[in-house]
Amino acid sequence: MELTGLAGFAVFFLTMAGIYAVVSLGLNVQWGFSGQFNIGIAGFWAVGSYTAAILSTPESPFHLGGFGLPFPVGVLAGGVLAGLLALLVGLVCVDLRADYLAIATIGIGEIVRLVLKNEEWLTNGVRGIPAIPHPFAGLPGDLGELAFLAVVAATIALVWAALERANRAPWGRVQRAIREDEAAAMACGKDVLRARLEAFVLGSVVMGAGGGLYAHFVGFISPEAFDPLFTTFLVWVMLIAGGSGNNLGAVLGAFVIWALWSGTQFLAAWLPVDYAARAGALRVLLVGVLLQVILLWRPEGLLPERPPPPVEPDSDRGR
Amino acid sequence: MLQDLLQLVVYGIVSGGIFALGAVGVSLLFAILRFANFAHGDTMTLGAYFALFGVATLGLPLWSVFPFALAATAAVTVAIDRVLFRRLRRTAPVILLISSFGVALVLRSVVQLVWGPENVVYATDIVPPWRVWGLRIRPTHLVILAVTLALVAALHLFLTRTRTGKAMRAMADDPDLAQVCGIDTEAVIRWTWIVGGALAAAAGIFLALDTRLNPLLGWNVLLPVFAAALLGGIGQPYGAIAGGFLLGIAGEVSTMFLEPVYKPAVAFALIVLVLVFRPTGMFGGR
Repeated sequence: MELTGLAGFAVFFLTMAGIYAVVSLGLNVQWGFSGQFNIGIAGFWAVGSYTAAILSTPESPFHLGGFGLPFPVGVLAGGVLAGLLALLVGLVCVDLRADYLAIATIGIGEIVRLVLKNEEWLTNGVRGIPAIPHPFAGLPGDLGELAFLAVVAATIALVWAALERANRAPWGRVQRAIREDEAAAMACGKDVLRARLEAFVLGSVVMGAGGGLYAHFVGFISPEAFDPLFTTFLVWVMLIAGGSGNNLGAVLGAFVIWALWSGTQFLAAWLPVDYAARAGALRVLLVGVLLQVILLWRPEGLLPERPPPPVEPDSDRGR
Repeated sequence: MLQDLLQLVVYGIVSGGIFALGAVGVSLLFAILRFANFAHGDTMTLGAYFALFGVATLGLPLWSVFPFALAATAAVTVAIDRVLFRRLRRTAPVILLISSFGVALVLRSVVQLVWGPENVVYATDIVPPWRVWGLRIRPTHLVILAVTLALVAALHLFLTRTRTGKAMRAMADDPDLAQVCGIDTEAVIRWTWIVGGALAAAAGIFLALDTRLNPLLGWNVLLPVFAAALLGGIGQPYGAIAGGFLLGIAGEVSTMFLEPVYKPAVAFALIVLVLVFRPTGMFGGR
């Protein structure tokens, strides 16, 4: 089955937006639920991508590899490794206030990028890892791409369902309580540090898994792909635009912003020839301005947070 | 060995002065507006490119454009505050943080749009370094250091001798108390942006003089600048200056036993150490 140009583009678009939606859901756990400010998203995403790539690529003289593990293992391992990094970082940094955590995470993102760029034995440095196998390469025509889209959609559904469940559970209530009033939550006997660490690690696992999907989808990754612009910033705009604290909003925001971001690609065609090379900057400029507009006029996003209703006093749940 | 160490300390003092100029603004803004300004690095970049406009486009010597670049950058930061941050101040400070992250990218893309993504320099002529006791001293470095010290002295006079400067320190110490005392907080905030923006522009120009201009110029030093501000204690301009020099020297000296590409990791490690063991900075700020 061959997809025509437009349908092919639609599948590509939906898959990319879907991968961003997974990462955006991960950020929603950290920021939306728990109020933790992570601007090292690119770092966790990259750890997931590289883990999946290294575990699944054939043997190569240029980078660590040759494990030849199947696609789901790589993606899960990507999530686990990103989670381990988050655990290490979180044990030290998670009780910092938002600004400090932000500064710390920017450092983590930067260090991950430096390691990927300079540890050639591991990652082939700036030349990146090519030939990451597409899990459905064996399928005829474009069926493989459709199958991949289905996997991404299933991942979103799975993560979304799990997070909705967690949000309704006592765990989610504790997270929101800490976000709103840390002192009060602590006074109620909640283990604030532990809860925050759990949210930070869980969010990073989801980001890492999203990174793993990305690696298998594009087939080639390099440190350049983890420019904070492309990952961290877009994911933040997606979550804020969609509505932080709302899982459906995180997914919706990813699709809306990715649509805008892809739409601005065509700006390059309008620009004078001398400036065509600078179209990327113009796109970032527009998204940056869009973020400010949202923050000023609709800070709650497209789908505002709707906390689950309080538990009925006569029910046994949540005791 | 000792020779190498001293040479690195010389380089460290120069970059430390640059970090210090950036860190003063970060520290004051953090104390007064209660948010870490992620656009500060790109404010530095903008200042450097304003100077480039004077040098390359208008053909003026750098020293004569310098004050105008500082003023223009300060004006831009005040304008951004007017349009954006002032309206967001009513909400949680962390919203300002997100917004400043967006502002950082907006500033960077404006620089890229106007001046392009290539590496540029103010002047192409290469001045050979002087040899002093076996150390290589670049005349540019002496100029950078001298002007940095002059700016620090001016800042000191401003903070201790003028009414606005005193009000600024009071507000950095305790914003609520300052407001109760009848200090015009909006005016102080405006002056904080002016001082922070102008010093950031100076830092950006020096950084560009020392290396090359490119749109990532300021963003790349944001981490050490934050580290310097945290090390010095938030709201403590003098601490930030000390932190800047310490960080500059630590970063350069680290290259003796660490691959130079991992220099940013030193800033990160210092940040983590400070935040974990002494969250109020070396001199006990907030």
